[in-house]
Amino acid sequence: MNAFDYRSPRSLDEALAVLGEYGEDARVVAGGTALVTMMRQRLVQPSCLVSLRAVQGLDRIETDNGGLRLGALATHREAETSPLVRERIPVLAETFRRVATVRIRHMATVGGALAHADPNQDPPVTLLALGARVEIRGAQGSRELPLAEFFRDYYETALEPGELVTAIRVAPPPPASGAAFLKFLPRTADDYATVAAAAIVILEPDGVRCREARIALGSVGVTPLRARSAEALLAGEGLSENLLRAAGEAAKTAVDPLSDHRGSAAYKREMTAVMVGRALTQAWEAARRAAGTR
Amino acid sequence: MIRLTVNGTAHELEVPSYRTLLDCLRYDLGLTGSKEGCGVGVCGACTVLLDGKMISSCIALAAFADSREVTTVEGLAQDERLHPVQQAFVDAGGFQCGICTPGQVVSAKALLDANPNPSDAEIREWMVGNLCRCTGYYKIIESIRVAAERSRA
Repeated sequence: MNAFDYRSPRSLDEALAVLGEYGEDARVVAGGTALVTMMRQRLVQPSCLVSLRAVQGLDRIETDNGGLRLGALATHREAETSPLVRERIPVLAETFRRVATVRIRHMATVGGALAHADPNQDPPVTLLALGARVEIRGAQGSRELPLAEFFRDYYETALEPGELVTAIRVAPPPPASGAAFLKFLPRTADDYATVAAAAIVILEPDGVRCREARIALGSVGVTPLRARSAEALLAGEGLSENLLRAAGEAAKTAVDPLSDHRGSAAYKREMTAVMVGRALTQAWEAARRAAGTR
Repeated sequence: MIRLTVNGTAHELEVPSYRTLLDCLRYDLGLTGSKEGCGVGVCGACTVLLDGKMISSCIALAAFADSREVTTVEGLAQDERLHPVQQAFVDAGGFQCGICTPGQVVSAKALLDANPNPSDAEIREWMVGNLCRCTGYYKIIESIRVAAERSRA
């Protein structure tokens, strides 16, 4: 690793001032699992690390207008085990539980994972399906972006130089809905997914047909992505094998996977259809349980 | 300058910014129990507890431990008596070559601190990130089961 200045400000304002001072040569660090690893591999060589670890209050998980607000410095383990997250948005707690190992989840933070913007990560997939919004702070003040507009490319986000992620806000899915997150792991339990899929199914008042479906996918493109053409097929329909097959086929057109040691591009594309079908089935069944029609 | 407490002893150290916590423990403090295996947080050989929570010390900066408490494998035995988890690994054959053992033992201690009565499924889920190339894992799981049973007795 190269030498760098290490700054550990006590407040957000101070952190933003240091970021302003160093410009694009500074990197923000929270848990460090991604950044320190990349620095050890000399993939990034910042001249200054601005640690957010001593900034008070950034790690809170709290209710927020009926939804939840997860502070950027909350760890994956805290998000996974938080009674609030488990009770209000169980699919989100379950998604955090599927990340790497307990040891890494003790370190990696909610906000750090977003800013890192690796399309192989799990939480962004579920957060995208949930329609989460990212809270951003810069020297000019705060702004909020839908997560769908936050990810731009591999390791690239909408964050401007001098800005940082302070929280993610998530509205719970409406009543009579169900959600599922599935991770296809042909190698080891702590690996990145070959394909990850999150699905949310919101039912019509009849408690049977789908009013709205949201499908998000990870590890099959340069960012996590929504399979909107597949979603469009589901509105107004009842669950059937044919519908699931059609949705899976449509999802395949939304992805652009790379061949790597987790599978060939063609294999990932095929598995996208399979995982979308399974995630929809689980979400639909959960929705029918919630609606009392099953 | 960082101040940290390691296995109950307070230290003040001048370390370069790029010092990992693992290198700080091994080279600045001479605590060579924690090992570097993969160097990217995957294998678990460098597992230590930071304020009681297990982490990968190879991808933590020493600066992350400023004003905090670190527990390494050297901190488990008390007064020359092995920690119950260590004794169980000896009795149940939970290691062969030993390179992964400090990480296994520290992780297992953290598990039993958090959950004194884990199911086999809970042991497996917790220990998933501690790789061993010798034992095939069965005896590690057995060792943790034995340690848990003895702690309850």
